[in-house]
Amino acid sequence: MGLLSRKDSKLILDPLADDNPITIQVLGICSALAITAQLKASIVMAVSVLFVLGAGNVVISLIRNIIPSKIRIIVQLTVVAALVIIVDQVLKAFSYQLSKELGAFIGLIITNCIIMGRFEAFALGNGPWRSFLDGIGNALGYGVILIIVGFFRELLGSGTLLGFKVLGDPIAKTGLYSIGYENNGFMLLAPMALIVVGVIIWVQRTRNKALIED
Amino acid sequence: MENRTDKNSYTILFAIGMVLIVGALLAFVASSLKPNIAENKRIEKQQNILYAMGVNENEEGSANFISTDKVADEFTKYITKQVVITNGTQSEENSEAYLIDVKKEQSKAKSGGERRLPLFIGEKEGKTYYIAPIRGKGLWDAVWAYVAMDKNMVVQGAYFDHQGETAGLGANIKERFFMDDFIGEHLLDASGNFVGINISKSNADPLNKDKTDNEVDAIAGATITGDGVSAMLRSDLKLYVPYFKTLKN
Repeated sequence: MGLLSRKDSKLILDPLADDNPITIQVLGICSALAITAQLKASIVMAVSVLFVLGAGNVVISLIRNIIPSKIRIIVQLTVVAALVIIVDQVLKAFSYQLSKELGAFIGLIITNCIIMGRFEAFALGNGPWRSFLDGIGNALGYGVILIIVGFFRELLGSGTLLGFKVLGDPIAKTGLYSIGYENNGFMLLAPMALIVVGVIIWVQRTRNKALIED
Repeated sequence: MENRTDKNSYTILFAIGMVLIVGALLAFVASSLKPNIAENKRIEKQQNILYAMGVNENEEGSANFISTDKVADEFTKYITKQVVITNGTQSEENSEAYLIDVKKEQSKAKSGGERRLPLFIGEKEGKTYYIAPIRGKGLWDAVWAYVAMDKNMVVQGAYFDHQGETAGLGANIKERFFMDDFIGEHLLDASGNFVGINISKSNADPLNKDKTDNEVDAIAGATITGDGVSAMLRSDLKLYVPYFKTLKN
């Protein structure tokens, strides 16, 4: 990467694969279970987390030297909550239908362990630019997993992708349903998200043996 | 040596400063976006009412409202009268009945006050629709609906919505396959008593051919949302029964 130094580009690239917040650090699992029944919800959640984590990391990094250590968790929580409320209000004002479809999910960002984790582990000890890159990298790593899980759950659970019928019968009686395929309703339930995440973890560790702990 | 930021006085001052700054920022964002949000909500209510009486842009299995730029004109075209019912049967016209907050009216009734019941009367292709807004509880948060009926309380269309039901499960109450099941269903039994419509898991008529069984098929995995919808239909639509009796007479 020409624009970024090797050290900086690692901040973006590592969380995408070998230091992924979901599959390696096992953070942010709750939202990966809750919201991935549809691909669209996964994408908007990923974009919202990208904004909240990117901006939040910068804010925490800028004020890191003046935060009283006794209340630092409360300060971090206040920053996340404020950013999440701003995202929610902006969506309500300019993309009302989308905000309605995602209402509960946007609020769920506050409970996302990755955000508090990055504030605590990185932004409190690094400058704003590196914190921004770290936030973006981790949000992308989280988003990639969310989108993969959302893709499989919506495809196999509802036979659609982003609401479009993929496995259905675009032309009557030509789709998979005509040969006896049925949507797997189990894919829409939260336990299946955990199984899909488990499969991703399995594939990732099979490909890279260094990730396997003794 | 104790750091400056470890002092109690500093911590308290920091906390006060943070609350003031964040509070002011959020208040500024909320107040500057308030007109847009209020306008979006107003448009949505009109879209919901029109959807229930079949004025929409549905294609195949998808549920689509009429577009926001057309909604004001279509609303005045199709909704001929808006009334507010008090005391069960007394009704008065109110051109902004659609702005009545059903949630506030419900809590007014709970604290012993009188609940105002808005009802929207629409005409389409020579047919009269009576559309009632109702509200109840789902699994996580509120659920609400606009139910269009004829004067015999047979459902002509419905729009369901929710605050935070689970995507892919309870949230499916706003999908067409569920909402369309209500069309033609009777809210009264054969002898004219109010029964409501039950969202049934043990429905003997999953294809919903029998419109007089007061049942529609439940959504798998959304039992509590379904129960909430049944309860909402029963408790809120029942309040309109005296008014519909006056229509028949």
